[in-house]
Amino acid sequence: MNAMGYLQTLVNGIVLGALYACLAVGFSLVWGVLNIVNMLHGSIIILGGYITYFAWHSYGIHPLLALPAIAVLMYGLGYLTQLLVINRVVHQPVLTTMTLTFGLDLILYNFMTVYYTATPRRVTLDLGATNIGGIAIPFDRLLGMAFALVLTGMLYLVMRRSRVGRAIVAVRMDSAAAALMGIKVNRIYAITFGIGTLMAGATGVIFAMVYPVTTNLTGTYLGKAFVICVIGGLGSVQGALVGGIVLGIIESFAGQFFGPLHAMTVGFLLMLVLLVVKPTGLTGIKGYE
Amino acid sequence: MDRRLQYILFAVWVLALASTPLWGSNYVVRLAVVIAMFTALTLSWNFIGGFAGYPSFSTAAFFGLGSYVGAISERAGIPMVVAWGLATLFTGAFAAALGAIILRLKGHYFAIGSIAVVEVMRLIISGWGSLTGGGDGLNLPIISGGPNVVTRIFLLVMTILMIVTFLITVYVDRSRLGFGLRCIQQNEDAANMAGVNITLYKVIAYTLSALFCGTVGAAYASWTGYIDPTDSFSIIMTIKVPVMCLLGGPGTVLGPVLGTAAFTLLEEVFWANFLDYNRAILGVVIVILIFFLPGGLLGLSYRNVTAGIAKLLRRPKAAT
Repeated sequence: MNAMGYLQTLVNGIVLGALYACLAVGFSLVWGVLNIVNMLHGSIIILGGYITYFAWHSYGIHPLLALPAIAVLMYGLGYLTQLLVINRVVHQPVLTTMTLTFGLDLILYNFMTVYYTATPRRVTLDLGATNIGGIAIPFDRLLGMAFALVLTGMLYLVMRRSRVGRAIVAVRMDSAAAALMGIKVNRIYAITFGIGTLMAGATGVIFAMVYPVTTNLTGTYLGKAFVICVIGGLGSVQGALVGGIVLGIIESFAGQFFGPLHAMTVGFLLMLVLLVVKPTGLTGIKGYE
Repeated sequence: MDRRLQYILFAVWVLALASTPLWGSNYVVRLAVVIAMFTALTLSWNFIGGFAGYPSFSTAAFFGLGSYVGAISERAGIPMVVAWGLATLFTGAFAAALGAIILRLKGHYFAIGSIAVVEVMRLIISGWGSLTGGGDGLNLPIISGGPNVVTRIFLLVMTILMIVTFLITVYVDRSRLGFGLRCIQQNEDAANMAGVNITLYKVIAYTLSALFCGTVGAAYASWTGYIDPTDSFSIIMTIKVPVMCLLGGPGTVLGPVLGTAAFTLLEEVFWANFLDYNRAILGVVIVILIFFLPGGLLGLSYRNVTAGIAKLLRRPKAAT
């Protein structure tokens, strides 16, 4: 492969990485703040994708116009799930919380498979590709990347600047102290889970423009979220961004050299090694057990 | 529950399963094989998940590894039973080596790591086409005698595996090892300070949790005569087994047996009536289990149940 080929692979990897960052950031937030591994994440991405697809296919609504509505819907869904269901067991051991979210995932997954069937569907926008100095980038991916970065950036700003964001960070640092300062911890948990679900739904909208939408992919997306969180470190937007881009580049090159199937294996193996060697992730921001 | 009563109940249950060919239809016999098989898996998981309290989700990795080692050995001409033995040893050795690495993780990281092992194994087996047949799977030599005889043979095999894992559970339950594992479950650092060799104990528990999954996997491969990566390394299995154990009562001797029986029978009823919704039903069972049966079925006592119902009736204005 010549230099141009390497550059093309690198650019592909970065574009993919931005999408991955958007995929993982909500998962990472929920894990970091609530200390819950949200096994629902993959299915919610696909749910967002399906709603996008049907809005586009049946009513001709452009995915980017549907995005705000889907985001609000997903936020409400996540908020209620956390408030009514997960909050009851939020401080119990991992086995309980993880099994519970897995159970919820099975229910959602099952209903999606029954109603939508597993047939892959896709929003085809046919935007063509741009060519910058001999490197081709499909426009739909570029658009997806831009939106993924904007969403991730917005989440970063919300976490840094808004009252709610500071409250979330406070709860993450020490929930007992936060409660003493007058923060309603259970509400913050619900809001955090809502934001996590919102990000997953928005990722679904973006992915529907780039990848096929099918329930077969829920596990794959969930797996990617695991890997990115472990690579980047938990609970921070920067961590998810670094993790996403690193995984994107690695998968892009691994796919080039070993074939696409092995690209995923490389990602998982990297995660296992990192888990053992450096569980705080590459960014070194301290993880939460 | 009194220990002796638990052993008697187990013996009765084994007799009931083993005698199915005498009184039941072929469907019942097949169901008995499945129950015996899952009981062996659940009892195995109980060592790491129940006694030591580690959220291990790697059952399917060991099951799949066992079925592939068994299948590949059988295809190489090794007799069936020897192939099962090989699968057991290989899976055990693999788990010991893996455990020494990933048991350093705790909580969520361990859970994620153990699930990742299932995925990595599946991807490697799918990718290594020359040895494993890749996505096409592998066919195994057919056992002569027709389906009825084969089912009866495997009923015997699976029941024996179930009894063996139960006996080991009884031994662990009463030994120093079980005591140490329970200490680890309650407080690992304190156990370490008190002189429990935590690394060794955890690796032993993890290896025990894998050993018979390997045998069961190999026997299952011989039973069905065909294996493929998606079926052998199934994420559903890796979650189902812990759920069965939690349903019965983790860390107890009879709990896994009871949980498997209850879960499988429940599943069978729902399978027959709502085929499309079997995953959702597993999900609903999980949600009910976590909210209403935190200690599993064995954790229930009549006194608590009646007290709970009374509390529910009396609670129109409970606090918060």
